[in-house]
Order: sequence, then C-alpha cells, then structure tokens
Amino acid sequence: MVYLQLFVEFFKTGLLAIGGGLATLPFLKEIAQTYSWFSVSQLTDMIAISESTPGPIGVNMSTYAGFHAAGIPGAIVSTLALVLPSYIIILIVSRFMEKFRNSPLVNNIFYGIRPATAGLIAGAMFEVFVLSLFDTQAYAASGSLIDLFRFVPIVIYIAALVSVFRLPNVHPIVFIIFGAALGVVLKL
Amino acid sequence: MKELLSMFLTFVRIGAFTFGGGYAMLPILQREIVEKNGWCTEDELTDMYAIGQCTPGVIAVNVATYIGNKRRGPIGAISTTLGVIFPSIVIIIIIASCLTHFAEYTVVQHAFAGIRITVCALVTKTIWSLVKKNVIDPATLIIFLLTFCSVALLGVSPVAAVLVCGLAGILLHGGNKKGV
Repeated sequence: MVYLQLFVEFFKTGLLAIGGGLATLPFLKEIAQTYSWFSVSQLTDMIAISESTPGPIGVNMSTYAGFHAAGIPGAIVSTLALVLPSYIIILIVSRFMEKFRNSPLVNNIFYGIRPATAGLIAGAMFEVFVLSLFDTQAYAASGSLIDLFRFVPIVIYIAALVSVFRLPNVHPIVFIIFGAALGVVLKL
Repeated sequence: MKELLSMFLTFVRIGAFTFGGGYAMLPILQREIVEKNGWCTEDELTDMYAIGQCTPGVIAVNVATYIGNKRRGPIGAISTTLGVIFPSIVIIIIIASCLTHFAEYTVVQHAFAGIRITVCALVTKTIWSLVKKNVIDPATLIIFLLTFCSVALLGVSPVAAVLVCGLAGILLHGGNKKGV
C-alpha cells in the first residue's frame, strides 16, 4: 500500500515540478507534511546530501525520501515514479520535434531560444560561480575589497579554464576528479 | 542488445559525474554524446536543454530519454533513462543507510569545493561555445544578455524566459538566416 502511495506522490512530483533540480522541493515539503515518511528537517539533510553527491538533485531527493519511507524497494519505486512522467512526455515531444524540425516557424522559435539557453545556463551557474570564487560575507563584514576575492580558488579557476581550452581532448571527468583532489589537498 | 548496453553504460557514466544539477552535465554530454558517439548534434542537445526547461521532470532525465528514443526508440529510452538514474539510486541508498552525516565530513566538503571550481571552468567553456554558435547578430546578443541578467539577478523563472524568447524568435523572423 505504501508503495502505491509513494508511486502516486512521486509521479505527481515528476509531472508537476518544471525546471528540474530544486523545483521538486515544494512538492517534497508537501509530502513530508501529509505523510509520516520523513520530516521537513530531514528534507534539509536531503538537500545537503543531494548537493554533495553526483546525479540530478530531483532523482537524489526522491531516492532518499523513498528509502526513508519504505527501504530499498521504496527508493526504487519513488525514483521510477518520478522519472516516468518525463519519459512519457519526452517520447511525445520527440515525435513533434522530428516532424516539425525543418519548418520555418520552428527555426524561428529556436533562433530566439538558443541564445536564451546560453543565457539561462550562464545565469544558473552565476550563483555557483560567485559562491566558489568570492567571499561576499567577509566583504560585507569588513568592507575591504581584498576580502571579496578568494585568491586560491580564483587561481585554480583560471588555471582550469586555460587547461580546458588548451586541452580539448582531455575528458571533463578528468578535470572533475582533479578538482576534487585539489580541494582535499588544499583544504578549500 | 550490445548498443542498448553501451547506451546504458554511457549514461551511467554521465549520471555518476553530474555534480550540481543538470547544467554541469552539459560538458560531459557534449563529449560523450556529440563528440564521441555522434548520437545527436550540438544543436539538438541545446534545443533539448531548452525543452527540458519547459517540460516537467529532471533535465538530465529528459535529455537521456530524448537521446535514447532517438537512437533506438522507446526501449532505447528506457536503457538511457535507467542508466542516468542508476548511480544516484545506488549512491543515495548507500549514504542513506550508513553514512547519514556524509555531507558534514570535512573531506567531502573540501572535495566538493574543488569540484565546484572545475565545474565552473568546464561550464564556462560550454557557455562560450554556445554563445559563439548561437549569438549571431545584435538581436541574439540582446536575448542572451537579457536572459542572463533576468535569471541571475532578478530570479525570473527559466520557463518564462524560454517561452518569451521563443515568441521573440517568431516576431524577429531570424531563424532562416542560419539555415538550420
């Protein structure tokens, strides 16, 4: 019975949380308040864990929530329920995409959307960028501009950026592993 | 069967190294899907991201489903979708059952501080290549800058941004300059 409830609740979340990532949060909060599967304060732990493990945050959150509600089967049921709406909708959308791919109208729409996508990605990364390279709290406290810059991360960022452009054949995963190692060694 | 397995494994790799939400996945997707396997073009990947913003669900999953379906139909989509969520399920179950304070370990925090910086560099390159390709005239430059500012500084919803820019594209009539 709990599996059916998990399935319905996470299917709903997957269907209605538009925009990915933390868009699932308000839905999970409602689930926490309606059922006794996990508490609202456990949700905060989930966010921390999701942000420090690989994988899409929405998927991580549903696995974690499902596990707390009903163990490993619960985790699997809620995660599959979460992705099922995407699966169905994308199959339908792809049909349309293939059909209208070369129509002038669709070309015009994507003429507007493609530069916007670049802007969206830049906008979404902006917060991570500022958090990683600048210390706005220290700057606000002391008012001195030197406190604003995190020098070691900025040097790493520039070095990484130069390497990413200079070494296009190195796999992104290599950079990620290298970053993790540097973080541990330098205690970032 | 062999291709389904290779698609599954490719997306397991993508899922295992996607830190910080769907956007960080783009550099890895570009490498694995566009450059290495040629499963779709760079334009299709960009479009899929925009569509992923406006359709429900997790963006990484939407992209996986789209590519799997394009290669091998609904069965292919099942293999890629299960692939991309597989690492999350395994890792989260392990953490939830025995490492409840995982996120509080200092070594984990240091590692992630380092990862975030390199992800910033990787994504900077991705944004640069998207801009080079899609910002082709003054109108698209304005669209790029306005979307960036409204999302980064004003907190405008990405869904609204995509819809408005699609409409702007229709009104500007620029789509056939590029001959997509």
